[in-house]
Amino acid sequence: MSEKKRVIMLGNEAIARGAYEAGVKVSAAYPGTPSTEISEYLVQYKEDLYCEWSPNEKVATEVAIGASVAGVRAMSCMKHVGFNVAADPAYTVSYMGVNGGLVIVVADDPGLYSSQNEQDTRMVARAAQLPVLEPSDSSEAKEFMKQAFELSEQFDRPFVFRTTTRLAHSQGVVELGERRRVVDKPYEKNIRRTVMMPANAKLRHVEIEKRNLELAEAANTLAVNRVELKDTKIGVITSGIPYQYVKEALPEASVLKLGMVNPLPRKLIEEFAAKVEKLYIIEELDPVIEEQVKSWGIEAEGKELFTVQGEYSANMIRRAVLGEEPDIAAPAQVPVRPPILCPGCPHRSVYYVVKKLNLHVAGDIGCYTLGAVAPLGVVDTTICMGASISSLHGMEKAKGKEYIKNWVAAIGDSTFLHTGVNSLMNMVYNHATGTVLILDNSTTGMTGHQDHAATGKTLQGDPAYAIDIAALCRAIGVRNVTEVNAFDLETLERVIKEEVAKDEVSVIITKTPCVLLSKEKKPLYIAHEDRCKKCGMCMKPGCPAMTKRENGTVRIDDTMCTGCGLCRDLCKFDAIELVKAGDR
Amino acid sequence: MAVKNIMIVGVGGQGTLLTSRILGGLATAGGYDVKLSEVHGMAQRGGSVVTFVRYGEKVAEPIVEEGQADVLIAFEKLEALRYAHFLKKDGALIVNDWRIDPIPVVIGAAKYPEGIIETLKQEHKVYTVNATEESKKLGNPRVFNLIVLGIAAQHMDFTKEEWYDVIGHTVPPKTIEINKKAFDVGYHLISE
Repeated sequence: MSEKKRVIMLGNEAIARGAYEAGVKVSAAYPGTPSTEISEYLVQYKEDLYCEWSPNEKVATEVAIGASVAGVRAMSCMKHVGFNVAADPAYTVSYMGVNGGLVIVVADDPGLYSSQNEQDTRMVARAAQLPVLEPSDSSEAKEFMKQAFELSEQFDRPFVFRTTTRLAHSQGVVELGERRRVVDKPYEKNIRRTVMMPANAKLRHVEIEKRNLELAEAANTLAVNRVELKDTKIGVITSGIPYQYVKEALPEASVLKLGMVNPLPRKLIEEFAAKVEKLYIIEELDPVIEEQVKSWGIEAEGKELFTVQGEYSANMIRRAVLGEEPDIAAPAQVPVRPPILCPGCPHRSVYYVVKKLNLHVAGDIGCYTLGAVAPLGVVDTTICMGASISSLHGMEKAKGKEYIKNWVAAIGDSTFLHTGVNSLMNMVYNHATGTVLILDNSTTGMTGHQDHAATGKTLQGDPAYAIDIAALCRAIGVRNVTEVNAFDLETLERVIKEEVAKDEVSVIITKTPCVLLSKEKKPLYIAHEDRCKKCGMCMKPGCPAMTKRENGTVRIDDTMCTGCGLCRDLCKFDAIELVKAGDR
Repeated sequence: MAVKNIMIVGVGGQGTLLTSRILGGLATAGGYDVKLSEVHGMAQRGGSVVTFVRYGEKVAEPIVEEGQADVLIAFEKLEALRYAHFLKKDGALIVNDWRIDPIPVVIGAAKYPEGIIETLKQEHKVYTVNATEESKKLGNPRVFNLIVLGIAAQHMDFTKEEWYDVIGHTVPPKTIEINKKAFDVGYHLISE
């Protein structure tokens, strides 16, 4: 390539490109917004590297660690809460160090666009004593990935690469480079480094403290940390996406832009602080930089002016730092539009039956979390991946088996394989009697349809053995395993009633693919105005394709209907009719 | 040139991601610095979604803030009303005159506002089209967003050939012709 090609890339695409150019050979991940697309873009380089969907983030990180031990550059990718699942290997590989460069990409979600909490990965990384790089746009995302692998090998440290939703899902201009030819490092057996039993780990702890001090010293001169000295009345220390808001709001201010947010470059920060009259620290989420800087006796303002919640903006900085109130019209008062289950979603049908039977639901993480909101409103709890099954078990141990007959757990296929399967083992082992619904839609839905160990296909598009979830449950020791079509209301109702009544663990698998998976022409229903008795039965499941006419009769939006037929099955007056058959 | 701020708002699943790819490709091909911010994940499931596109000599933040949009493209009219205060005083508002009830309206907990287009016209330059009905005439209701983009193109800095070029590179090969046709419908539509 003689001239550099300039393209526009999503932050996540740029991370994938950076990994490719850095010579990464192995990548493993579990989908999670806002990190998912990294792997989906990485797969285009499969001629040069290997990438996979693993069943969860702990497995993914261990795959990457193995590849690093074997001597190649490797990475794992996940969302912030996935890093909790990967915490076990992450904390200990921190002691081990690396052979081939090792990077764990973690995407935070300030503002909770698609998450159950707003935790700050920098805090977790600090606790694990892992160094952290954080880019501010797509171009840096690509370059910093290459830096991360260089530094990882140079300082013998696994690196965390932190992004946020706004970076991951923003596009920016990137110049393409070539893939670096990285020679595999030889593997030399050295159990003091790779067997983390107490005697070895004790010595490694001493070693990594030393390495982190070296890295902190080097951070003072690393190019990823940059001083932009302008007017010295206002100085700002910032990093990541907030840097862009600072540049927009305070174009004349002096800025210390940190590309490495752990460990911090103390000397550089002290020098910068001494040069400016007033120092601000502007970072989204927790005061990670601020607390350290203040602990060194440096005066600065940070969370006195800025929130620990949500995303920042240039206007927010103008208000807080300059006291400017931008002239903005008041927003119109309009009904909210929260996310909902899609028209034709098989979860809607299952939840309709669960609601009819007056059951509580211990819920889980996925599209089916949306069953918590009106009009279905059936989900009682949502905690983390896999918690539906184990929390149902806890309820039974607290209140007894009769109590649990009013409850079911509901979990998706991908989430079940992620961590739910452990919880189900526990139910069988510890004499539970609860009922688990596995809402098997043959994909990882919420994150945009990724394959998993039961879909029969890998990330690289190769055919694979598809785990038989029913057989897996039986192998664990569940004696009552039933498979039902999610749209077969009658059977579903009968089976759920029977299974919750049993004094044994039951699993009901509602096996119906996600409606968005198939590209075939869908059937179409219409609601006849003259036959509609306005009884409202068909509206109960809350399908967004169904609205009411002025006169109160039901109308089906022909651009949204996917022909699942749930409304037809609920109508007692034959007012809803199939008008166009589909391909299925 | 000053940085140009474009917003695309709509309902998750309406194709805002495809549209943002088209605008991103367009601005990059034009040699501008460009930043673009979009929504993935849970909100894509029928929620209110917004895409920001900014292009010019040098772009810092990837979002458009209140009162800064030069062009606001709305794929649904309630969403036009929700985000209208993001427009500059002389900004152009392009609205697909199409209604999708949000769940509070479906279950009777809230009312869909009456006379949205008229309300918007009191404050803004509004260009409307029922792109969903128009696209059904073309034989594919999914291409309505190209009709809306066709109108938006009248308020942006690119030639028809540049639009054609990026459409050809972005949409699935089988649908290039119908997408170009849809773009033409909007491009030649004068509606105020």
